[in-house]
Amino acid sequence: MSDAKAEILGRIRSSLSDHPQPAEPIRNYRKVSDKSQAEVLEMLIDRLVDYKANVFEETEETIAQRIAEQLGKSSRYVVPTGLKNEWLPEDTAARTRMVDSGNDQKSGALSLRELDAVDAVVTSSTVSCAETGTIFLTSQEDEGRRAITLVPDHHICVVPLDTVVELIPESMRRVDFNKPVTMISGPSATSDIELIRVEGVHGPRTLDVIILK
Amino acid sequence: MSVTQLGMPQVRHGVGNIFETEPFPKYAERELKNEQLRANLGFATHKIRDKRAAVTGELPDWQDLRTAGSMIKQKVMANLDTYLEEFERNFTARGGHVHWARDAHEANEIALKLIQAEGVDEIIKIKSMATAESGLNEYLEENGINAIETDLAEEIVQLGDNDRPSHILVPAIHRNRTEIRDIFRKKIEGVDPNLSDDPAELAEASRFRLREKFLSTKVAVSGVNFGIAETGTMTIVESEGNGRMCLTLPETLITFMGIEKILPTVEDYEVFLQLLPRSSTGERMNPYTSTWTGVTPGDGPQNLHVILMDNGRTAALADEVGRQALHCIRCSACMNVCPVYERAGGHAYGSTYPGPIGAILSPQLGGIENEFNSTLPYASSLCGACYDACPVKINIPEVLVHLRGKDIDAKKAKKKQIPTQMDGLMFGAKKLFSSGKLMALAEKGLPMSKLVTGKDHKISKLPGLVGGWTDYRDIPEPPAQSFRNWYKKERPSETKRVAGERVDIDALIAQNKNKVAEAHAAAEVAATDKPAPKTEETK
Amino acid sequence: MRIALFSTCIVDGMYPKVAKATVDILERLGHEVVYPQGQTCCSQMHVNSGYFDDAYPIVKNHVESFEEWDFDVAVAPSGSCVASLGHQQPMIAERKGDDDLARRANQLASRTFELSELLIDVLGITNAAEQLDSYFPEHVTYHSSCHGMRLLGLGTRQSDLVRTVEGIQYTQVEGLDQCCGFGGTFSFKNADTSGAMVEDKVANIEKTGASVCTGGDVSCLMNIGGALSRKNSDVQTIHFAEILASTKENPLKVNGPVSLTGGSK
Repeated sequence: MSDAKAEILGRIRSSLSDHPQPAEPIRNYRKVSDKSQAEVLEMLIDRLVDYKANVFEETEETIAQRIAEQLGKSSRYVVPTGLKNEWLPEDTAARTRMVDSGNDQKSGALSLRELDAVDAVVTSSTVSCAETGTIFLTSQEDEGRRAITLVPDHHICVVPLDTVVELIPESMRRVDFNKPVTMISGPSATSDIELIRVEGVHGPRTLDVIILK
Repeated sequence: MSVTQLGMPQVRHGVGNIFETEPFPKYAERELKNEQLRANLGFATHKIRDKRAAVTGELPDWQDLRTAGSMIKQKVMANLDTYLEEFERNFTARGGHVHWARDAHEANEIALKLIQAEGVDEIIKIKSMATAESGLNEYLEENGINAIETDLAEEIVQLGDNDRPSHILVPAIHRNRTEIRDIFRKKIEGVDPNLSDDPAELAEASRFRLREKFLSTKVAVSGVNFGIAETGTMTIVESEGNGRMCLTLPETLITFMGIEKILPTVEDYEVFLQLLPRSSTGERMNPYTSTWTGVTPGDGPQNLHVILMDNGRTAALADEVGRQALHCIRCSACMNVCPVYERAGGHAYGSTYPGPIGAILSPQLGGIENEFNSTLPYASSLCGACYDACPVKINIPEVLVHLRGKDIDAKKAKKKQIPTQMDGLMFGAKKLFSSGKLMALAEKGLPMSKLVTGKDHKISKLPGLVGGWTDYRDIPEPPAQSFRNWYKKERPSETKRVAGERVDIDALIAQNKNKVAEAHAAAEVAATDKPAPKTEETK
Repeated sequence: MRIALFSTCIVDGMYPKVAKATVDILERLGHEVVYPQGQTCCSQMHVNSGYFDDAYPIVKNHVESFEEWDFDVAVAPSGSCVASLGHQQPMIAERKGDDDLARRANQLASRTFELSELLIDVLGITNAAEQLDSYFPEHVTYHSSCHGMRLLGLGTRQSDLVRTVEGIQYTQVEGLDQCCGFGGTFSFKNADTSGAMVEDKVANIEKTGASVCTGGDVSCLMNIGGALSRKNSDVQTIHFAEILASTKENPLKVNGPVSLTGGSK
C-alpha cells in the first residue's frame, strides 16, 4: 500500500472515531411508472422537442425513407456494424454509407480525421427516459463506439418504441455499466453566456430522433 | 500542510485555492461598487433561480429524492474508507490506475509525472473543481505544460486577462456577452473580426478554436461528478460535448477525484442523476452524461488514471456538525439563491468554492484559522435560502453558526489576544440578558437616549463597529419606557402560580388543523388586493 | 387560556407598543396574559455571533424565568426568536453538558408560539375583521421574515391575517421571499453587503405604492424602516400585531413621513 493511501485511510478512520451509524437510506422516490405507453411517449417527445431535437415517428416500412430525407441528397455518413441494414437507404452516387468496426485498434475503424469529415452518423439506442428526455447509448453493436456519435455534426438516432420508459430508475435497470454509457438529452448546448441556452457547441449540433413504432 | 491539534483526532488541512485572501467584508465592499458585475450577477442568478424552481417543482417526489440523496451521503461518509478501497479494487480490475494524494500539491505532482511520461507539452481539460482547488493549471504552466480549458465558460475565464472563475457551474457568470465578444475578438486567432455578441456566434467561435485540439491532443485531465464503488464506474455530467471529447478522443485520461465523491452503488447513482441537473442548470437533464468503467479496448483512452485527493477533506470529516459539507455535489443551487452571493459575487469568497457552500467548505478544508477563512462563516444573513435549495439537504446555516462558534472559541483560546469591540459588546449583552432585574434597571436609562436622537427623533451616525449599521440606515428613537417597566407599573399584582387544569394545546391544534387553509381562503376573498407593480421581472 | 408573553429583548427595549398590541389582541379574545418578569432574550444574537459560552446563562435565564410561571402556552411577536428557542437553545445547553436544561428548553420551545401561529393554529382565528374587530384603512405591503418563513414554516399565516383586516388594501412585494439583509450582527459586520440587500428590498417595497410595510419581526422592520428613513421615504414599517390591534374605536395612527416604528409616540 502506498504511504499516501495508508495515511489517508488512517485519517478517515481517525476522523470517524465517533463511529456515526446513519440509517439505511429511505428510497420513497418513484421507481415504476404509472402512466400508459402513449402518455410516456408523448412526454418523451415533448422533452426532446423542448431540447430542440427533431422528432419523427416512423415504422419499419417508412424509416429508410425518413433517414434518407434527414441525411439529405448528398452525404457521407457512418453507421456501427450492428445497425439494421433495412433501416438504411440505398447508397447513391452522392450518398455514401461507411461502416465503423467499433474498435479503433483494429481495422475497419474510421480515424478521427475521417470521422470529422463525415456529415452524419446513424445509430440505434438502448433505452430512453421520457421524464428527462434522455436517450441512453450503451456501446451495443447497433450504437457503436463513443467517437462515432460525437465527432460528426449530425446524429440521427433511432429509438425503438419498446425502449421508451418514463423514469430514470426504470432506464437504469436496462443499462449495463460495464461498457461506456453516453446519455444524450438533446443536441450539444451551453448556457455559459448569460445563462442563455444555445444549442450546438462541440458535440453534434443537430439531433434527429426517430421513434420506431 | 498545516496541522491542527484539537484534542483527538489530529486533523490535516489542505493547501491550494481554498482560502479567503482578504477579509470577506473588505473584498465584498470593493466588488459591490462594480455596477456591471452586480447587474450581470443579478440577472443571471434570478434567471437560474426561476428555472430551478420550475423543474424541481414539477417532480412529485423531489423531497423524496432529497431525502434519499442526503441519507446516501451520510452512509458514504460513515464508511468512506471501505468504499474508497472497493472503488480502487474495481477500477484497477478494469485496467485503471489509482493514485492517492494527501493534499493538492501531491495531486499536482502525480499529474505532472503522468503527463511528462506521455511526452507531451499540451493537454486538454474538462472543467473540474478539484483541479481548480489544487491549482493544477498554474502548476503545469510552471513546469512547461500548457493546459487548455475546453468548457466555454472556463475558456472565457482563461482567455480573459487575469480573470478567475466566480461560480462553480457558470464560471464566467460575472461576464456579459459584450465583454465575452471583446475577449474572443482579441484572443482567438483567425476569428471573424466582426464577431457579434450573439451567444450562438460566440459558441461557434469556441467550436472553431477547439476542434483541432480535440482531434490531436493525446492527454486529457478531468474531474468527476461521481465514482461508483461497486463497479469502479466514473461519471461526468456536462452540456457542451467538450467533456465527451476529452473523455473519448485522447489516449490518456487523468481524473482528479476528491475522496468524498464516492457513491456505493449504481442504484445510488440514479438518485443523484435526478438531483444534480435540476439543481444546477435548472434543466430536466444536462445534454450529455458519460460513464466509463475502466478501459474499454478500442473505445476511448486506453491509459486511465484517477487521483484520489484528500486535501483537507478528512479534516472536515472529523467535525461531527461540519462534515455534512462533504455531501456537496457541486450543483451551485445554494449560490444561485444566496442574497449575499448575488451581490458580492463569487470572487469575494477568495477560494475556488464561493457562495454559502464555500463559506462552510473553505474554512473546513483549509482551516478556519488560516488566512482570512475565519471571515467566511459570517458572510451570511442566515436567511436559510441555501438550505431549502440544497438537493442533499446540507444544513448550511447550522454549519455556518457552528463554525462561528469554532472561530470565537479559537480566538478566545489565544490567551494574549486583546478583546475586540465585538467581544465587549457580547460580554455586556450577556450580563444584561442573564437577568430580568438587570434589564429592568438598565431600561430605566432609556429616556437618556433623547440626548443623542435630537429633534429628528432618530440616530443617523454611530461610532465604531456598529457604525456599519448607520452607513445605510437610521435607528429610531428608543421609547421613554420599556415594555417590562410599563407592565410592572400597570399590573403590579400578577400571580405566578394558579390552581386548575391546563389546556391541552395539542388537542386544540388538531381540532384547528383546517384553520390555516381557512385563513388563507378568507384572505383571498376579503382582501382588496392591489395588483403587483409591473416590472420587467414580474411574470 | 393563560398565555405567557415572551416580549423578546428588542420589542421590550425598542418597540414596547408591539408587546402592548399583542396583549391587547389576546385580552380582546378573552384570554389571560401574564408576563414572566425574569425574561430577557432568547440568546440568538450570541449564538449567531458564535459566542456559545456566553449564550448559556441567557438560555438558562429564559428557561428558568418561564418555569416559574403557570401558563398554557407562551407567545412571542417574533418568528426569529421563537425559532431560536427550538433550534438553538437545546444545542447551547448540550454543548455545556447540561442535558437537563436542553430537555427543559425543548419542552418550553414546544409550547411557545409565534403570534400568527398562536392565533390561527391554537386559537382558530381565520378572519381578523370578524374575530378581532381589526380595522386599518391603509395601503399595506408585507415583508416575510426568513426565520418565520423557513425555520417555522409560517407560510402565509401573517399576511393572511393582515389581509382580512377591515379597510386594508394589500399589494404583494416583488421578491417576497428575499432576505432584507438584517441577519443580526451581519448587518454591521458585513455592512456593505447588508446595505445592498436592504436597498433592493426597500426599492421593491416602494414600487408597491403602499404607505405601510408590515411584518412579523421588528428586527427586520427596524432594518427596512431605517433604510426607508435614510432615503426620506414616506413608507412606514409597522408590526402586524399593531395592525391587528387597531380598531375603529381605537385606530392605529399612521404618522407623517420619516416616523419609524420605534419611539415613544
